[in-house]
Amino acid sequence: MPNKTILRLLILLISLSLLLTVAGCTTAPGGQILSARERLRVATTTSLYDTGLWGLLEPIFEKKYNVELDVLYAGSGIALEYGKRGDVDVITVHDKAREQQFVAEGYGIERIPFAYNYFLIVGPASDPAGIKGMKPEDAFNKLADGGAASFISRGDESGTHARERAIWKSAGFDYEKVRKAGSWYIEGGKGMGPTLLMANEKQGYTLTDAATFLAFKGKLNLIPIVDKGSILLNVYSVIPVNPEKNPKVALNAQKAKDMVSFLTSPEIQKLIGDYGVKTYGTPLFIPCAGKPEPTE
Amino acid sequence: MEEIWNGFVKAIQLIVTLDPEVMEITGRSLAIAAASCLLASLVCIPLGSLIHFNRFPGKRGLVNVIQTLYSVPTVVIGLLIFLLFSRAGPLGDMGLLFTPTVMVIGQAVLIAPILVGLTITALSGVDNAIPETASALGADGIQAAVLTMREARFGMLTAIVMGFGRAISEVGLALMVGGNIAGFTRVLTTAIALESSKGDIELSIALGIILIAVALIINIALNRLQQRK
Repeated sequence: MPNKTILRLLILLISLSLLLTVAGCTTAPGGQILSARERLRVATTTSLYDTGLWGLLEPIFEKKYNVELDVLYAGSGIALEYGKRGDVDVITVHDKAREQQFVAEGYGIERIPFAYNYFLIVGPASDPAGIKGMKPEDAFNKLADGGAASFISRGDESGTHARERAIWKSAGFDYEKVRKAGSWYIEGGKGMGPTLLMANEKQGYTLTDAATFLAFKGKLNLIPIVDKGSILLNVYSVIPVNPEKNPKVALNAQKAKDMVSFLTSPEIQKLIGDYGVKTYGTPLFIPCAGKPEPTE
Repeated sequence: MEEIWNGFVKAIQLIVTLDPEVMEITGRSLAIAAASCLLASLVCIPLGSLIHFNRFPGKRGLVNVIQTLYSVPTVVIGLLIFLLFSRAGPLGDMGLLFTPTVMVIGQAVLIAPILVGLTITALSGVDNAIPETASALGADGIQAAVLTMREARFGMLTAIVMGFGRAISEVGLALMVGGNIAGFTRVLTTAIALESSKGDIELSIALGIILIAVALIINIALNRLQQRK
């Protein structure tokens, strides 16, 4: 019976696939499930992922500490939430106020800044809103005033979104009112890369970290419009999740500490400082571990 | 148009050169969808049969609910599974969040209504004369039911393939509970989501074409099977 043969073949195929999944595709690198090798989970803000930095660091860390590193990319808000729930062992984010709160509430052990760069307000070269060279607060004021060009907000509780709200606040706006101010204000609800692509499609303005902007520059018809102001400082920190608050993550507390040592080691700090120079002609991140946290 | 064409060319390149990363992602997609489909089939086909062969109050309503759940949004199931398997959730101790295992469980839950519902539909489509004749010839209830199930086997196979199709093509749940971890939980759909968010349109299209090709092969296999009936 030919159709019985095919049916058997199908069943065999499905069972084989199941076995493969359970056995964890042992041939695929890093695909093991039942492997004895430890796994460490890091939740990272998208800017450290979309720029390819984690892609560079992951194999180095895995080799050095003999551990499988799982890198989850999400906005800082979600990364912190993963940390609170105990679903990750260590986080790398950029939202100082919420990081300090995270540590104060006992979810994180310590906040260790390891790199920084700056936020930029980017937009079309023609600068339809006429905000070039302004202070960030004044630029936001003018954007809200004229409504001449659209502003694309991350709108996703990320670190960049938090900074955008801080600028609105500093400029004297009530953010809830800005959200509903008109069709010029667009909440993208996406990561930094997609938000830049959206701003490009709409030829509008957006607030971005310098690293993601540089990494996406080739795909964009946007240029930095506002790049000066102490409110644009963007510091990245690493925070090991507190095993006492989440007893179940205690397993990897040591590896989480290893991650902190790793990111702040002179060798990796140099690697972070050099990252992107070859491709973009300028570093994407400025290392700052062991130094006083930059303030402007 | 050029983008789409370049994507197509790139897809062929990636397939012909057996690009290791693409092969790995495709293999993982297939394995996870097949495992979830098998898991769901083992539970849902017997369950659907039980519902079909038994009379009980509220049966019609239950079938309606099951059919409504065919189109349950993947992110809703994703959120539910995330909350269940998060360390802070009731099943957190198992430490399964962000692993392929939880993706299999989630996809099995997602496609369960399709498998139960289409099993019932397949059994309902069998001519009543068959079990009645069998009973008249002295078969007992179970023997008559087995006969009906045999007659409905191709309909059930359709149910399995439909479930497989939904499992391999969904992205919301895979992203939420799998986390799209490179080399571990990254499947075709989540890779497409990431690559297109990075603006890498050509690779996204290439991965999309591979996904469609996989679906096509499976459907052709099913059609051939049914034609031989």
